[in-house]
Amino acid sequence: MKISVASGKGGTGKTMVAVGLAVAAESAVLVDCDAEAPNCHIFLRKGDPEVHEVFVPVPQVDASRCSLCGACAQACRFNALAVAGGKVILFDKLCHGCGVCTAVCPSGAVQEVKRKVGVVEVDEDGSLVVVTGRLDVGEATPVPVIKAAKRLAPSAGITIVDCAPGTSCAVVEAVKDSDLCLLVTEPTPFGLHDLRMAADTLAELEIPAAVVVNRSDGEDAGVREFCRTRGLAIAAELPVDRRAAESYAVGKHPSLEHEEWRRAFRRLLCTVTRTASGREC
Amino acid sequence: MKVAVASAGNTLDSPVDPRFGRCAWFVIVDTDTMNLEAVPNPAAGAAGGAGIQAAQALLSRGVQAVIAGQVGPNAFQVLSTAGVRVLPFGGGSVKDAVDAFTAGQLTEAAAPTGPAHMGMVPGDSTPGFPSGGMGPGWGMGRGGGRGRGRGRRGW
Repeated sequence: MKISVASGKGGTGKTMVAVGLAVAAESAVLVDCDAEAPNCHIFLRKGDPEVHEVFVPVPQVDASRCSLCGACAQACRFNALAVAGGKVILFDKLCHGCGVCTAVCPSGAVQEVKRKVGVVEVDEDGSLVVVTGRLDVGEATPVPVIKAAKRLAPSAGITIVDCAPGTSCAVVEAVKDSDLCLLVTEPTPFGLHDLRMAADTLAELEIPAAVVVNRSDGEDAGVREFCRTRGLAIAAELPVDRRAAESYAVGKHPSLEHEEWRRAFRRLLCTVTRTASGREC
Repeated sequence: MKVAVASAGNTLDSPVDPRFGRCAWFVIVDTDTMNLEAVPNPAAGAAGGAGIQAAQALLSRGVQAVIAGQVGPNAFQVLSTAGVRVLPFGGGSVKDAVDAFTAGQLTEAAAPTGPAHMGMVPGDSTPGFPSGGMGPGWGMGRGGGRGRGRGRRGW
C-alpha cells in the first residue's frame, strides 16, 4: 500500500502527517520526496544513512566526429544545445537527459555521460526505513532525485511518500502510483485555494484522494463545503493544539510526545488503510 | 553586414524589444544593401532556453550583429562564441537602432547585459539589474462581477 501526502499550499503539515503515519504503522518505509527541502529526518533523527548519488545523463560531443550539422540542437526540445563558432555548446542545467541528441546524431558523435544532481539517503533502523531525496543546490529539477528515491526505497507493507508543496512535476512524480493521496490543508482561504489546485491535479492523474484538515478550528466550513461538492472524504481533522506546536518547535513529533496525538495518527492510519486497501486495521 | 534587431513588431517603426530571447520579431537589416526582412522569433514562446534558441536561429540566417535591450548569459554565450557582436540599445524604434549602429554610436557588450530569464516575468526586476521585460501577462483573470443586481421580491 502506497500513501502519498501532498497539499498544494506549503506549511500545512505534510511532513507532520507523513511522519505521524509512518510512526503509527508497526513497520513502514517513509520516502521523503520533497527533494528541494527534505526534512522528515529531523523528526526521526536516525543514524548514519547509506548515501546513493543520483546522476542524469548529459550529452558529450566528440569533436573529431561531429560535422556541426546541428541535428542535436534542433531536436532538443529544451534548447539545451547550440551549435556556434565551430562547436556544440551544452547548457547542462537545461538538459533533461532524454537522450534524443544521441539518437538523432547522424555521425555517432554524441555519447551520454553522467552528471550528479543529488543524493538519496537510505536510513534503515529496525522497523522504520527513511529514504530521503536531496537535490543539489542550483539544480533545476528534482524529478530524477524523486525517481531515484522511490526506486531505492525497499518494498514494504506500507510506504508513505512525503511530497513537495505545489502541483508541479515534482509533485506529479511523487504521487504517481499511490493507492491514495492525502491532501493536507488548513482552514484558511490560502489552504482552500491551493487544496483546490492539488485536488484538480490528482483528479487529472486519476489518483484517489482524501483530505486531512490540520490546525482545524472544529468547523472548517470552507474546506468541508469544498470536499462535499467534490466528493472528497475528510480523513481527519487535526485540532489546533499548543502542545503540538511546542513539540514541532523543538523538532519533535507530537505523536511521540502526546498520547492523544499518537491515537489521532493511529486512527488516521486505520482510515487510510481502509480507504486504500479495503482492509481493516 | 546583417544586423538583427529584437523588436516588438515587424517594421522599422516598431519599438526595440528590451528582451532578446522572447522578443516577438527580429527585424534583420543588411547594412550594405539596406534590405530588410522581418522574421518571427521562433523562441518567443519557448518553455525554457529561449535565448539559446533565438540566438541559434539568427546564426542560421548569417546574422553578424544583434541589437536588443538586453541579452542574457546563455544567449550571450552562443552569440559571442559565434563571433556575433551584441549591441545593447534601449528606448527607440528599430530604425533608431539601425541608424545609431550605422553611425557607429553603439558600444559592443563584453558580457551579458541582463540576468537569465529576464524576459519571463512581466516587470521582473532584480536589484542591481536594469528593469526587465514586457512580456505578455500570465494572469488568468478570475475576477467576478460586483453583484449589483437588485433583488425583487417574488418571481
